[in-house]
Amino acid sequence: MSTASVPLPAWINYGLIPLLNLILAFLFSGLVVWAIGESPFEALQLLLIGALGRGEGIGFTLFYTTSFIFTGLSVAVAIHAGLFNIGSEGQAYLGGLGAALVALAMDHYVPWYVTMPFAVIGAALFGAACAAIPAWLQAKRGSHIVITTIMFNFIVSSLMNYMLVRLLIVPGKMAPETRTFLPGGQLPKLDWLIAMFGGKIGAAPLNFSFLIALIMCFLVWVLIWRTKLGYEMRTLGISPTAASYAGIRYSRIVMITMLISGGLAGMMALNPVMGASARLQIEFVGGAGFVGIAVSLMGRNHPAGIILSALLFGILYQGGAELSFDMPGITRDMIVVIQGMVILFAGALEYMLRPSIVRLYQQLTGK
Amino acid sequence: MDYFDIFISILGSAVRLSIPLLFTALAGLFSERAGIFDIGLEGKMLASAFAAACVAYWTGNAWFGLLGGIGVSIAFSFVHGFASITNRGNQIVSGVALNFVAAGLTIVLGQAWFRQGGRTGQVPPEGRFSSIVLPGADMMRDVPIIGPLYANVISGNNILTYIAFLMVPISWWVLYRTRFGLRLRAVGENPGAVDTAGISVAWMRYRSLIVAGFLCGFAGTYLSIAQSAAFINNMSAGKGYIALAALIFAKWKPVPVMLACLLFGFLDAFANFMQGKSLPLIGEVPVQIFQALPYILTCVLLAGFIGTARPPKAGGVPYTKER
Repeated sequence: MSTASVPLPAWINYGLIPLLNLILAFLFSGLVVWAIGESPFEALQLLLIGALGRGEGIGFTLFYTTSFIFTGLSVAVAIHAGLFNIGSEGQAYLGGLGAALVALAMDHYVPWYVTMPFAVIGAALFGAACAAIPAWLQAKRGSHIVITTIMFNFIVSSLMNYMLVRLLIVPGKMAPETRTFLPGGQLPKLDWLIAMFGGKIGAAPLNFSFLIALIMCFLVWVLIWRTKLGYEMRTLGISPTAASYAGIRYSRIVMITMLISGGLAGMMALNPVMGASARLQIEFVGGAGFVGIAVSLMGRNHPAGIILSALLFGILYQGGAELSFDMPGITRDMIVVIQGMVILFAGALEYMLRPSIVRLYQQLTGK
Repeated sequence: MDYFDIFISILGSAVRLSIPLLFTALAGLFSERAGIFDIGLEGKMLASAFAAACVAYWTGNAWFGLLGGIGVSIAFSFVHGFASITNRGNQIVSGVALNFVAAGLTIVLGQAWFRQGGRTGQVPPEGRFSSIVLPGADMMRDVPIIGPLYANVISGNNILTYIAFLMVPISWWVLYRTRFGLRLRAVGENPGAVDTAGISVAWMRYRSLIVAGFLCGFAGTYLSIAQSAAFINNMSAGKGYIALAALIFAKWKPVPVMLACLLFGFLDAFANFMQGKSLPLIGEVPVQIFQALPYILTCVLLAGFIGTARPPKAGGVPYTKER
């Protein structure tokens, strides 16, 4: 009998299997560390201390976590409707333009809490706009959304390059970036949040967008599991034929889902652009869109899971940066390897261990 | 320099820039026609470029470098196959994972072995593929029109360039005129039928991935030890994705793949040429337009405005034998 159809209890499906996959990913990453002549245990220890040891480290960790929550939610919303949005990277990049334009226009005149809602809308609109054409091509023309969103990552990258190098650059400056936003265009730091636990935020850029990310998690949960639209999205994701039989309009759901997904990706830009650097910089997304794929997979496309796995990747990012200071033999790019391993084992190879676990489970329970 | 000379020099660099695209797109052709999406082309190219540079640096032999590049690229193919064929994982996720692993591993290992910020050591001349001057190139040079074309575009390339163009008819022949090719295409369209005929779908798909790994190894090798003399951080710089675009633009057919790669190579060369120059009437054209053009063209094609692109039917779907 095949093992794929045997039901397993939830704690194995959502707890044990992801955990084992994660351990495998770390084992293989440890092998790489060991192969270049460093101690994997010492590396892990330095990584954890760097990410969670001090208030500043935690601040950085949560800063990265914020970005990954947004992109993770973006990927997850699309997956629920059976769409693979691999373009969160480009959507976040364009979202940065939306946020920056709002900040540049308003920061002279109003305080940050007036600018913020407009910036959120701007970022989401630009992100959604970037997802709109691939969505339309999928809905009406049947082009594969994976391919078109990849293409749009590059198209956006060229567009932003042009915008920053030619139009938005400060005259007379070399760096392709906008001017620094005034406080009216910045999101305040969450120093009180770290201080509540007795830490000091230091130079960490943890900011208000962390709270926006948490609110979005709640809204996505409501959308997917508590609304008619979410129900239609999930139906389409599980069975397109059943969805069409039930009178759910395919192109409408595809468009709406991708616009929401793009909007969430776009909001990610609030964190680095308005929260951290207070200006729009070239390539500021830095792969967070792709990390979102791993975050969503690890978190089983559920907002609660996404928060946890975004935190895991936040720890990896911040810990990895600290690690490269303490262990000169390891470059910062080691975290890229670990990410790749996590995506490989927790994503692509997620069913690898299942058959043996099913057999073990059947033996133990005597079924 | 008159316009014709400029055109010839752009054409020459277009050919050189299209070679890695051509190898990679042909690699993608084999795996996608067998029903395996290969987003990991970029990573394979990068990893094989790194391996080729390392081996060529240590042995001082370009051919060993090529073997190293091919070996690593095939190893990546096996991981992709293990995830997406044997374990029926998501092919796109697996490809994304391989791209991450390649991007990180090449820098981590490069830094550990060479300590030059992710660069490998400078490969000695005998460890590289240098350009070959075809017989009569110097004699022909003065013949109008054909002369410069022969001397600067057709002659003066390295051996991998000629292998790349040779791979086009070979790929066509393998795909359309051999039993292997017939079965490979069948596995991408209707794996159930192939299974019924008593042929292993999994093994067929593995073999297509091995071929893809083999071809991708050439692409990486070309980047690191033919076009330049060392591996540099993130050397592939998205070329794997452009090759993927070319493959789709060519509607998954070998000869159009070559033409698409030449077109995209030409756009790249033209963008380099146009940097800081201005056109009559239009004025200065931003180079970013040329960088984005391959992707825009592919999207326009996918929208169905330039004929229709019909991908292999079973692409991206893991095959499950009936239970």
